[in-house]
Amino acid sequence: MEKSKLIEMYRTMRLIRLIEQRINDEYKYDEIKTPIHLSIGQEAVAAGVCIHLRKDDYIFGTHRSHSQYIAKGGDIKKMIAELYLRKTGCAYGRGGSMHLVDPDVGILGSSAIVGGSIPLGTGTALASKLLNNDRVTVVFFGDGAVDEGTFHESLNFAALKKLPVVYVCENNFYAINSHQLARQVGDNIYKWAQNYGMPGYQIDGNDVLEVSDYAEKAISRCRNGEGPTLIECLTYRWKGHIGTVDDVGEGYRPKEEYDYWISKCPIKRFTEYLKNMGVLTDELIKNIDQEIYDLIEEAFCFAQNSPKPSPDELLNFVYAD
Amino acid sequence: MPWTTVQVEKLDNFFIKGDSTGDRVLTYREALHEAFDQSLARDPKVFIMGEGVDDVAGVFGTTKGLKEKYGENRVFDTPISENSLTGIAAGAAMAGLRPIFIHARMDFLLLSLDQLVNHASKWCYMFGGKVKVPMVVRTISARGWGSGAQHSQCIQGMLMNVPGLKIVAPATPYDAKGLMVSSIIDNSPVLFVEHRWLHKTTGHVPEELYSIPIGKGVIRRKGEDITIVAVSYMLVEALKAAEKLQESGISAEVVDPRTLKPLDEEILLESVAKTGRLLITDTGCKTGGTASEISALVCEKAFHLLKKPIVRVCCPDAPTPASDVLEKAYYPDSETICREVKNLLK
Repeated sequence: MEKSKLIEMYRTMRLIRLIEQRINDEYKYDEIKTPIHLSIGQEAVAAGVCIHLRKDDYIFGTHRSHSQYIAKGGDIKKMIAELYLRKTGCAYGRGGSMHLVDPDVGILGSSAIVGGSIPLGTGTALASKLLNNDRVTVVFFGDGAVDEGTFHESLNFAALKKLPVVYVCENNFYAINSHQLARQVGDNIYKWAQNYGMPGYQIDGNDVLEVSDYAEKAISRCRNGEGPTLIECLTYRWKGHIGTVDDVGEGYRPKEEYDYWISKCPIKRFTEYLKNMGVLTDELIKNIDQEIYDLIEEAFCFAQNSPKPSPDELLNFVYAD
Repeated sequence: MPWTTVQVEKLDNFFIKGDSTGDRVLTYREALHEAFDQSLARDPKVFIMGEGVDDVAGVFGTTKGLKEKYGENRVFDTPISENSLTGIAAGAAMAGLRPIFIHARMDFLLLSLDQLVNHASKWCYMFGGKVKVPMVVRTISARGWGSGAQHSQCIQGMLMNVPGLKIVAPATPYDAKGLMVSSIIDNSPVLFVEHRWLHKTTGHVPEELYSIPIGKGVIRRKGEDITIVAVSYMLVEALKAAEKLQESGISAEVVDPRTLKPLDEEILLESVAKTGRLLITDTGCKTGGTASEISALVCEKAFHLLKKPIVRVCCPDAPTPASDVLEKAYYPDSETICREVKNLLK
């Protein structure tokens, strides 16, 4: 991979991490009045996949979609303003953290219903096929979504119609507090792909290079009209399901498990790799961080100083023009 | 021959008068077919999908031959995955297409409520109008011939409680074509409610493409003594009832709302202002249904105009029985309407 792309992936992961940490820090002031689901620890999946997408490709996400929105190039100021539920937010304060949107870069909206966006992304892929263009859709979802019928129905249809869609399962092992093995017999989500008639892989979702490698192949299959792929990325969320809670040791997530995954921090690993390669220097790291801090500061200032929607706008947009 | 065909072929050939001028007469089924045919020809973004849409029966003849004419990318069969297919239609609509997704029975629509209610209907609002979902979900209800509890439901009333979803329920061939065209060109999701017993109804239908505004009702018959608001197939029963009531010296005004959401409040209130009496008849169950909503609306806005309590003529709050004897007791018809009107006017 080109040096510039490696740095771009690094920058995206840092951007996600630092934005999420800032949200985490600001949340206690009660100005972000919307449920948040942080992506800290899962940055490599969105960064490794989106590096291969064009601006006009589509992505769909879930309630935990900050990382995908950022990686796909969604407008950061409008994202933070949406978290503050301001008129300047990407959904004018109607969506909140779980419903980020930026159609200019192919983000047509994320769903807060588990598995809910899997059919929608299958539908944009159907549109690409019917319109005979080469736009690819990537649908991001968690291991919990595999419990839902929409996962199975959509994979079947996408394979049947050879649709240009990549299903990316961010398996962080937990649906709220419920472990994957409490909900599913096996721990091999990728194997569903075989029976639905598409390639399926289980990969290290904390290794951005591995994610990028598999995503590139899957996306190129889509562009060549060869149909969908399922990629199960094993990863881990550092924070609790919702808000800013740290729930380790409170009964459901063992400390040893958490420590293991912290040791596999996707950003730390990639930083070390890039430094060994000579791609990243301490100075460059500092410069990138500074640029990101400035961008974040600007976004939060913009959001905090933006007007709130006015009550007379309440019934706008119930129906489309 | 499918049972629904047997049943529908036994019905009278009911002719709806005064819908449009001209001497071109089509059945409701033919009018719909023409709406699809002309819409597919007019706009390459329109496509039709659903279970069996391209088979020999072609959804009771309404989609017959369209795959042959427009190709398998425009008219195609689907797996039996109602929920995801609804979401797939919504996704395709978000990407700029205009899908028509068909459920041959309205009962099957219940499997798709997550994608219809949680997603398609909310998307425009939730994202500040940035993403539109111009899709049509077409559903067909039936009754009779022992269809039973899971092949006969009319749940349009239940779905009036869903913000962001438009609901149309045309009762005449002219409206079937015009409202299907309107539903296809509308930028919001539209639920197109059909009743199988209307498929054989005939009326004047112009050959050219036309649309009918969503949200506008029509007065089917003018009258002075009572307003009968009739939804979907119940229009046929209401018109029969009005004819019989005339013989007893009762002048009934029959209003066809045509669109259930948004409702044409003006036409309803104007008629009630004239007659002071209101009977509402719907194909669905009584409680929490279309008739309840219309009744609430009139009570809220025109209580002072009412001379008598409002009457609802709907199916009882029970699942549909299969027995022909029980079916007859279950379904209201023109006799039920006549009886209730006479009671009200006593």
